[in-house]
Amino acid sequence: MKHTISVLLQNKPGVLSRVTGLFSGRGFNIESLSVAETLEPSISCLTLVTRGDESIIEQITKQLHKLIDVIKVTDISDSEYVEREMVLIRVKAEAQTRAEVLRVIDIFRGKVVDVSPKSYAVEVTGSASKVQAIIDILKPIGIQEIVRTGTIAMARASKK
Amino acid sequence: MEKISGSQAIIRCLQEEGIKTIFGFPGGAVIDLFDALMDSDITNVLVRHEQGAVHAADGLARVTGEVGVALLTSGPGATNGVTAIATAYMDSIPLVILTGQVPTPLIGNDAFQEVDIVGITRPCTKHNYLVKDAKDLVATLREAFHIARTGRPGPVLVDLPKDVVAKMVDFPEKKPIRMQNYQPNYEPHPGQIEKACKKILKAKNPVLYVGGGVILSNASEELTELARKLNIPVTMTLMGLGGFPGSDPLSMGMLGMHGSYTANMAVANSDLLIAVGARFDDRVTGRLDAFAPHATIIHIDIDPTSISKNVKVDIPIVADCKHALTAMNAWFNNSSDFNREQVSASHEPWLATINEWTKKHPMCYLDEGDIIKPQYVIEKLDELTHGDAIITTEVGQNQMWAAQFYKFNKPRQWATSGGLGTMGYGLPAAIGAKMAFPEKTVIDVAGDGSIQMNIQELATAKQYKCPVKVAILNNNYLGMVRQWQELFYNKRYAGTVMEVTPDFVLLAQAYGAVGLRATKKSEVEAVIKEALATDNTVIMDFVIAREECVFPMVPAGKATTEMLLV
Repeated sequence: MKHTISVLLQNKPGVLSRVTGLFSGRGFNIESLSVAETLEPSISCLTLVTRGDESIIEQITKQLHKLIDVIKVTDISDSEYVEREMVLIRVKAEAQTRAEVLRVIDIFRGKVVDVSPKSYAVEVTGSASKVQAIIDILKPIGIQEIVRTGTIAMARASKK
Repeated sequence: MEKISGSQAIIRCLQEEGIKTIFGFPGGAVIDLFDALMDSDITNVLVRHEQGAVHAADGLARVTGEVGVALLTSGPGATNGVTAIATAYMDSIPLVILTGQVPTPLIGNDAFQEVDIVGITRPCTKHNYLVKDAKDLVATLREAFHIARTGRPGPVLVDLPKDVVAKMVDFPEKKPIRMQNYQPNYEPHPGQIEKACKKILKAKNPVLYVGGGVILSNASEELTELARKLNIPVTMTLMGLGGFPGSDPLSMGMLGMHGSYTANMAVANSDLLIAVGARFDDRVTGRLDAFAPHATIIHIDIDPTSISKNVKVDIPIVADCKHALTAMNAWFNNSSDFNREQVSASHEPWLATINEWTKKHPMCYLDEGDIIKPQYVIEKLDELTHGDAIITTEVGQNQMWAAQFYKFNKPRQWATSGGLGTMGYGLPAAIGAKMAFPEKTVIDVAGDGSIQMNIQELATAKQYKCPVKVAILNNNYLGMVRQWQELFYNKRYAGTVMEVTPDFVLLAQAYGAVGLRATKKSEVEAVIKEALATDNTVIMDFVIAREECVFPMVPAGKATTEMLLV
């Protein structure tokens, strides 16, 4: 099963390598990984998406927590959460397809961020599945390049 | 505040931690540190290879329970230490390894003797540091010692660029260390203790399965109290030997691949397995689905990642073994449900079954006239040292025979590379142990193969008047692999025949040590007696039955009840 894990860690050189080394060394998967500073510049937040059965996810969270530079580990997918991913897509846009591409982008509430005579660069934000959906739709038209950020996620606040 | 040099600050940090002996090998990047050492009361033991330095620090740490310290230079000095660092990591041994590094402006430049040792050792240290700023030096070293010795102990490496060590720094007073992100949990959850104790009271066939955690947390007394109070049989892992007295009637010896028939049968038939500071290693469990199939499992361990890693645990207790066992003993002492006589008596049928297993297949070997059986050598070592020596080992058959036939009655008299299985561990570890306890007899049980991996340390032993004894069980083979080839590879001895082996007696003499040899069983006792009476480093070369195997043996991937026996 897919799990989204949020990790707070010291913002120091080599810390990311401890995390990725742990995953490769123990044979765990990383589907996506995204990391940046938090409000507190000495602390980073890392969001990673991984797959595994219950016992593997338990090992992953425990092993992450065991790293000295890791402050907090939360399996966000344990509760209600929102997730977002952004993708930049350079898609072929020639005379006969330019209008079609624009319609698709509009349906996905995307934005054209760069234009050339033969292509558009498009920005789309959404859940990983929405991002995958626009990629699948644009593929037959001709995708020249894509860059995805990987998922970031946040637990929903209590409604009480 | 008075400023001192970085190297002086490092020495003061070592003194602050009570370090009296370190093991090191110099080089360009650490000349300043060696220079400062000369003016201190800390002895540097000059080893002959950096692997030896870290193993010696590890040997000292295992027998004393203190943090061992090694000092290596940059580049090859540091990489030579890696095998020994990984050895300590796998066995959770507290070490601080100081490595020199090229000056900070040169880092990343492929400078002479530069290597990214922090990157290399990330997966085999508990934590590691590169000190880039001299003002972090003292705090980093204090943190390194704190991390090495607390929680589940382990090696911590601190990489020290030459210019950082040369700078002048403040030496602030030491305050208790509190780290936001590292707070190991020592105290057991009272609810879990109660749950475990109640389960123990209901068990008919309980077994205590004891690992190295009991030694590391100095919990042997508490464990022994619990076992005797409730009349529960005890088995130990390779790392746990000495955690419970080996000659106690409740001891079933070691379990696992080369464990006793009794211990493996008892675990397989138990209805409650109480794992204390053990980690269900594959050499212990054999085929996982056949391991303790009928048992409820209680697991005490300070490291949450050990729990339910290989075997699903029913009652986890994340705590220091000593604290958890103390809490359990107190629970029984205060519980009105606990009647000692009644509980003890209720386990008698189980103990009787266990005794039957021991009678049927005791730990034994076949005597063959005047040929030296390796097991006999270990029995004689045990007898002539009154079971009181510190025993270190190399890895392979020698290690297993030592584990099976020496009766370890006390913790910290046994140092062996369990997790990593590092050949070449025993001699430097013996030197480390002997430096810590000069008055004790220290014996390295070795094979003719593994002793050659760090035999250069004989010179270290001589230089520091460190009269360790080495007992080589010499069969001219890499015996353990040969045994597997005999049993599972149609006796095709690929790469295991030592066609050239040095004359160990002459070799000892070349180092200024004493060499003794026994080729017949009748000579063994005299050789050991002479070695023990000699105030010098001694190599005892025992020419043993060449194709002797270690039994019992659970073939890899089989259930622990499927043992090959003598």
